Amino acid sequence: MKTPPNIDTTGNQSVEREIKRRTIISFSVFFICLAIGGILFFKLYNQPQSASSVQPTLRKALNADDKIFSLFFSKKNETRSFKKENAVKNVRVNGDVGMDGVLDTTWRLKVARKPGDTLVLTLADIKALPKTEIVFDFKCVEGWSQVTWWGGVRFSDFMEKYNLAPQMSMKYVGMITPDQAYYVGNDMPSMLQPQTLLCYEMNGKPLPQDQGYPLRLIIPVKYGIKHLKRIGVMYFSNDKPKDYWAEQGYDYYAGL
Amino acid sequence: MKKRIVKKHPLAIRWFHWINFPVLTVMIWSGLLIYWANDVYKLGWNDKTLLKFFPQSFYDALHIPFKLSTGMAFHFFFMWFFFLNGLLYVLYTIFSGEWRYLLPNRHSFKEAWQVVLHDLHIRKTAPPQDKYNAAQRIAYSSIVVMGMGSVITGLAIYKPVQFHLLCAMCGGYEAARIEHFILTLGYALFFLVHVGQVILAGWNNFQAMVTGFEVEKYEDLAPAAEPESIMLPEASELVKTIEAVEPTETIELAESSEQIETTETTEPPQA
Repeated sequence: MKTPPNIDTTGNQSVEREIKRRTIISFSVFFICLAIGGILFFKLYNQPQSASSVQPTLRKALNADDKIFSLFFSKKNETRSFKKENAVKNVRVNGDVGMDGVLDTTWRLKVARKPGDTLVLTLADIKALPKTEIVFDFKCVEGWSQVTWWGGVRFSDFMEKYNLAPQMSMKYVGMITPDQAYYVGNDMPSMLQPQTLLCYEMNGKPLPQDQGYPLRLIIPVKYGIKHLKRIGVMYFSNDKPKDYWAEQGYDYYAGL
Repeated sequence: MKKRIVKKHPLAIRWFHWINFPVLTVMIWSGLLIYWANDVYKLGWNDKTLLKFFPQSFYDALHIPFKLSTGMAFHFFFMWFFFLNGLLYVLYTIFSGEWRYLLPNRHSFKEAWQVVLHDLHIRKTAPPQDKYNAAQRIAYSSIVVMGMGSVITGLAIYKPVQFHLLCAMCGGYEAARIEHFILTLGYALFFLVHVGQVILAGWNNFQAMVTGFEVEKYEDLAPAAEPESIMLPEASELVKTIEAVEPTETIELAESSEQIETTETTEPPQA
């Protein structure tokens, strides 16, 4: 902005002219910027959605957010633990994708160590490992949360007991339900965080069918969408494993 | 009557203001898409509900349902613009000295009440003011504090484990979500009052937020006014003036040299 002109002592016309000139310029710039902003926004809003059900620019932004906020990730940051008395009795069941039918003791966990090299385990094999329990505030991406009590084997303990050190150096762990309808990918640092469990108990009893019997994932540093129920296959990868809710337009990382 | 041009809002502040408005609108809209997925808040007690957030008609009017993922994607993109614009605004007001017009001072709370009474036509005169009156100072400073509150509570909800100290500071995850929500209601309330006041204040005041200047009418009593006098002194000059008359300095001086009479120290500075 230039300094205002001197007052015209002989008449007011030049001041009037200056007021008019500046008003027109300012409002022109204002409306042009407003129009550009509006066009950019609706262009973004109407971008054809990619296979991952979200505007490509927003997907890029979500991925950039993931990169930025995973810098703050530390295994030492644990989610708050509660007392067992604080855990709710009626645990909310929010999803049933991949949960058709009833599973029994014929279930096996298949751990794909490498292509063509699969470790097959029974529930008894997993229960034979040291048990860890956690009572924490389970957070759903929808916005609700519940203090719930879970028991199982620490994922990091499991990886060590079965000599999966080479797999631990990979970037992601993928999990798929036996019917392959639900699948998630989680980054290795979050999987190895000490509160992450391969979980077979809820409220001190075996998991109910609708909570993922016989084995589910509990990963407190992620939203509920990442806590896959009924693990059928587990595999390791340096590329992002496919992820059910990321394909529906949600953030892949979904970290807390 | 003659007219003159008086500088009011610096260019930077006008940009910050008009960027913030659409960005905050997008944040509130995308926030509603997120809130919809778990819309549990209400005003009331036990099973008595006075006002549910939000009634179905509200969602229908705004086409809210079933867009949680869209809401999150927009929210976590535009949050950067909201944050950076707000941060730059605060830094600008600090370094330009504009904060002196914006921060409430020790008279502001009393005067703000007088402004309210005046606006409600209960009181005849409004207290004297600089660029902003006392009520505006409080409102415009509060809105910055609220903005910081939204960033802090937002981070506490977004990464409650990695930022667990922040989350605990907000009173926990659920409390942070409620606070984040209440702050948003606060923006809506601010918006209503702000727009109402702008309409009442009239065109000259409103256009100044676009053009930067106000048109002032004056009686041409003096034959020739000094060119410098047609505009407000630059912020830096005002700063000097204010510092020169700052009463605390006199008090400090008086305290260090014991012999000065007390009447001198309590005397208000002559402007």
